[in-house]
Amino acid sequence: MSFLSKVLALVEKDFRAEFRTKEMLSVMLIFALLVVVIFGFAFNPTSQVTRKIFPGILWVAFFFAGVLGLNHSFTRERYNQALHGLMIAPVDRSALYFSKVLSNMAFMLIVELVATPVFLVFFDYSPAGRLPGLVSVVLLATFGFVAVGTFLAALAANTRTSQILLPILLFPVVVPVVIAAVQLTAATLAGSSTASFAAWLRVLVVYDIIFLVVPFLLFDYLLEV
Amino acid sequence: MIVLRGLRKRLGARDVLAGIDLEVPRGQFVTIFGPNGAGKTTLLRILSGLMRPSGGDVYLGGARLEDDSVALRAMVGVVSHHTYLYDDLTALENLVFYGKMYGVKDAPERARRLLEEVGLSVFAHDPVRTFSRGMQQKLAIARAVIHEPEVLLADEPYTGLDRRAGEVLTGLLRRFKERGVTILMVNHDFDQGVALADRVIILAGGRVALDELVTSESLRLIRERYEELVGGKYAGVDQKQ
Repeated sequence: MSFLSKVLALVEKDFRAEFRTKEMLSVMLIFALLVVVIFGFAFNPTSQVTRKIFPGILWVAFFFAGVLGLNHSFTRERYNQALHGLMIAPVDRSALYFSKVLSNMAFMLIVELVATPVFLVFFDYSPAGRLPGLVSVVLLATFGFVAVGTFLAALAANTRTSQILLPILLFPVVVPVVIAAVQLTAATLAGSSTASFAAWLRVLVVYDIIFLVVPFLLFDYLLEV
Repeated sequence: MIVLRGLRKRLGARDVLAGIDLEVPRGQFVTIFGPNGAGKTTLLRILSGLMRPSGGDVYLGGARLEDDSVALRAMVGVVSHHTYLYDDLTALENLVFYGKMYGVKDAPERARRLLEEVGLSVFAHDPVRTFSRGMQQKLAIARAVIHEPEVLLADEPYTGLDRRAGEVLTGLLRRFKERGVTILMVNHDFDQGVALADRVIILAGGRVALDELVTSESLRLIRERYEELVGGKYAGVDQKQ
C-alpha cells in the first residue's frame, strides 16, 4: 500500500469518527458563530471603523475555532493509546502528520464556509473584490495555520496541559500567517489590485512551504518524545 | 527469529535494560516474568518499534530493526493491556482500518474472518465504546494479527479479563502458537504464563536472571526462581527509584 493510500485511509478514519460524533466540528462552528454574535454586539456593525477591522474579526474567529479543532485532533488518538497502534504499524510517521493536516484543514474549511456568509450578513458587508481571490487567501492562510498547528498539537498532545499549551506555543509562531491573512483578506474584499498585496502573498506561500517541510523532517522524532 | 545483542535502555538516571542478550528461534513461545520495573514492558516496546534503544542491537528475521524499522514493523503484532482501538469506530471498521495500515489485501474479508474467529462477528457493526473489557481485548487480539505477523508481542494481555475471557485468550494464543507464530508474552501470573510457554525468561534489574526451557523437570526450578525473584529483593524496584 502506497504512502498516499495510507494517508487517505487515515483521513477516512478521521472523517468517519468525526462525522459519527461531530464533537470537533460542532464545537468549532458554535465558537465561530458566537464570535460573530459577540463582535456584532460589541461593535456597531455598520460603522466605518468596524468595516476596517472586519477581516481581523473574521480571522480571529477562524483561528480560535481552529485551535479548538487542533486540540481535539490528537485527543482521539490518545484514547486506548491508539497513537501507539499507529506507531507500531508499518506506516511512515509523516503519513500520520499529512493525514492530520488534511483532515484538520477540511474541518476548518467547513467552519469557514459556513461562518463567512453569516459574518457578511451580520456585519452587512458587501465584498467589492472577486471570490477566487478570497478563496485563494483563505486556502493559503488556513493551510499555513493548520500545518504548523498540527505539528505543535502533536507535541502538546504528550503533555498533561495540552489544552493550554497549544495556543501558547502556536500563536507566537503563527503571527506571520495572521498578519498576512488579515492584510490579504482586507485587500481582496476591497477589490485592490494584485500588485498591492503581492508581498504578503509571498510571505504566506513561503511560510506554508517551510511548515510543510519542517514537520515532515521532524515528526518521526516528535512522536517519540 | 529475534536476536538481541547487548540491548540497553536508559530512562532518566536508571538503566531499565542493562545489557540483554537473547536469541528466540522461530515459533517459540516465550513468557517473560519479572518484578515491577524489571524492564519487561520496555523490552517489548523496543521490539515493537515504539521506543529506540540506548545501546545494543535488535534483529528481526535477520535484519537490524534500526535499519529498516518500517518494513520490520510489518512482521510484528502487538497485544497490550491498551487496545489501540478507536472507540467511535465499529469493530469491523477498526479491523479494516488497521488492515489498510498493514497493507493487507482484501482487508474487509480478512477482518470478517477474524471477527468470527474471536467470536465477535455478531457485534461487527457496533461501536467499540459499547464493548465490555473482554470484548475489546478479543478485538485487540484480532487487530494485532490482522496482517498475520510472524512475531506476536503480548504485554500482560490477560489484564482486566474475567476467567471466561481469559480462557478464550489462551485458546487464541494456542492457535497462533500452532501456526508457528513466535510469541513473547509478559505475564504476572505464573500458572497462566507457563501454560503455553516453551521457555521462561525472568528479568530482574534490567538483566536476564533466568532463562530456562519449560520441561516437567525444569518447572520446579523455574517456580522457585520466580518466587525468589518476583517476590524477593527486586520486587517493586520501580517504586524505590
